[in-house]
Amino acid sequence: MTVHSTSPQFKANATKALNDVQLQKALGNVKRGFIDKRAKAVANLPEFEALRNSARDIKNHVLAHLDLYLERYAAKVEEAGGHVHFARDASEARQIVLDLCRQLGARTVTKGKTMIAEEIGLNPFLEAAGVRPVETDLGEYIIQLRGEMPSHIIAPAVHLTKEQVAGDFRRVHTALDKERDLTEPVTLLTEARGVLRQEFLAADVGITGANFLIAETGTSVIVTNEGNGDLTQTLPKAHIVLASIEKVVPTLEDATQFLRLLARSATGQEFSVYTTFSTGPRRAGDPDGPEHYHVVILDNGRSSMLGTEFEEMLRCIRCGACMNHCPVYHAVGGHAYGWVYPGPMGAVLTPSLIGVDKAGHLPNASTFCGRCESVCPVKIPLPKLMRHWREREFERHLNPAVQRGGLGVWAYFARRPRLYRLATGLAVRAMALVDRGRGRFSRLPFAGGWTRYRDLPAPQGATFQDQWKARRQAGGGAR
Amino acid sequence: MSARADVLAAIRRSIGATGTEQTRIMAVDDRLERAPRGVVPQRGQVSGEDRLALFRKMAEYAQASIDEVPSPAEVPAAVASYLRQHNLPATLRMGEDSRLQAMPWGETALDIATGPSAGQDLTGLSHAVGGVAETGTLALTSGADNPTTLNFLPDNHIVVVREADLSGDYEDLWRRLRFAHGKGAMPRTVNLVTGPSRSGDIEQTILLGAHGPRRLHIVIVRG
Repeated sequence: MTVHSTSPQFKANATKALNDVQLQKALGNVKRGFIDKRAKAVANLPEFEALRNSARDIKNHVLAHLDLYLERYAAKVEEAGGHVHFARDASEARQIVLDLCRQLGARTVTKGKTMIAEEIGLNPFLEAAGVRPVETDLGEYIIQLRGEMPSHIIAPAVHLTKEQVAGDFRRVHTALDKERDLTEPVTLLTEARGVLRQEFLAADVGITGANFLIAETGTSVIVTNEGNGDLTQTLPKAHIVLASIEKVVPTLEDATQFLRLLARSATGQEFSVYTTFSTGPRRAGDPDGPEHYHVVILDNGRSSMLGTEFEEMLRCIRCGACMNHCPVYHAVGGHAYGWVYPGPMGAVLTPSLIGVDKAGHLPNASTFCGRCESVCPVKIPLPKLMRHWREREFERHLNPAVQRGGLGVWAYFARRPRLYRLATGLAVRAMALVDRGRGRFSRLPFAGGWTRYRDLPAPQGATFQDQWKARRQAGGGAR
Repeated sequence: MSARADVLAAIRRSIGATGTEQTRIMAVDDRLERAPRGVVPQRGQVSGEDRLALFRKMAEYAQASIDEVPSPAEVPAAVASYLRQHNLPATLRMGEDSRLQAMPWGETALDIATGPSAGQDLTGLSHAVGGVAETGTLALTSGADNPTTLNFLPDNHIVVVREADLSGDYEDLWRRLRFAHGKGAMPRTVNLVTGPSRSGDIEQTILLGAHGPRRLHIVIVRG
């Protein structure tokens, strides 16, 4: 139905990622690159918090009126001479794109960055049908050469080092001088620019995603820094936009509320370099631009998230801030998540789109530290939504027997507070006794899963509840 | 049932609506008609010299370079001087924009081509419809006057904008676009451009000149 997933093997994927030296080196760039820049951009805009509330409210309003806004949007696109195609699922969306390519006699298709194309597995499908897709976003181009999926929704090749990229360029760009120096990122960028410039000029169809669809005007909006999306959509004879149902916003003003949040949350820029508003095909007298303009609007499971506890996930604007701030993502990278969307937003969205039976590990791979929610520009309560998935997984008996048994034992005690206090008190004292002041355990019965990788701190003689009680009696701490 | 009808029906089932409720339809009509402004940053609420200064500051922060000239007649000399300073050939491609065409290009030694770019031009010249001081952003619209290809294919992009066309915030730009094109209508393409092309896709190192122009130079016509 959609692209192949390795989400069921999350644990094995994560172990492999933790032992991958190159990957761990590359992941250092996520922490360095994104967090400080975002913090600085947010500090420079006193209205940032108010904008988050405004954006959340607009999305909630749109989701409650989604059917009507999609109708208005489609009517406006058609008024401007464009075409709108709805797709129930991934296979329908792929087929629409292929049929359009065939009608247009397309052999080469350039692509701006689109996560929807990843979600529907468009590239292998087009290739199998004899249409050659060429990714033009630098990161997407690199991973296309490697036959990989993006490991980050805005920085697809963040898992790679420049040495790996140089190796791929040498392997693929065989027409170029073998002795050339590719040690610096700037030479890699220049080489990709030269190679892709030819592709831009030769392409028959350009496919982009859409950050927003504007109902008021029938406009699709893309945001890029490279300008690849613009060359993709301006030069070929047709522009195909791939979007999902929740991308529609009412007006230009509403889109602006999101644009003020998007770049700051994503890369820490005040505004992305190119924000492009496209409305219909080339007009009378236009010397350039696409002669045909098509929008494919994908559902693929999203409509069934509406009206459920996962509806809030449909506010997501794909900025990537949640993964940039996630300790789990920092440790294992994006590929371990096993499907298209990684990090906290992926941990919530993936089970919705491919099923919790396949992606149940993802919402479990969280410490609930809450950083994702605290940076989300549309205030999606990601930890709460991951907890809902854990509940669904438990209800459907999808987690292993040992885990369910353990939870059952814990629940038995937790429902009996006096017994709970007695048992935890005894356990804590016993552990403190066995520890004999060393402060930590390197081995402990039933805790091998923990102590295999790190020490378990030893309790210091009293339970949390005891200490809390003592604090309250002493008059400190409790407020 | 068509895919469109199916998707809309699935949405309606999930939100418990039929699509014919008058209150919902009125809420949508009202929002589209009124287009409420939402949160507009204080930063852009400036006019006159302050607006110009903010535009300059933010555009330079995004690594554009800026020149100011007192009148349209001085634009060609400023452009020629910019090209000389950067050791660029004295060639230029521009669209049919009457404001650009009326400038005294004959007073310079520039070799000028007209029309869209096919990818062979080193420098493109455009006239922006406006700019937004809040983020130092230029607004360009498509058409024969200023072909979109000039914004992206040449290595160097020089953009002329009149000081009088600068807005403090985006909301003012939308107001001006609606005035020019009508409510609910848009030019085929509106390009908002903030600095030259860049990429951080290799090891998160930001480098200029990814696929679009390596340099963005803005000439502001005062007054």
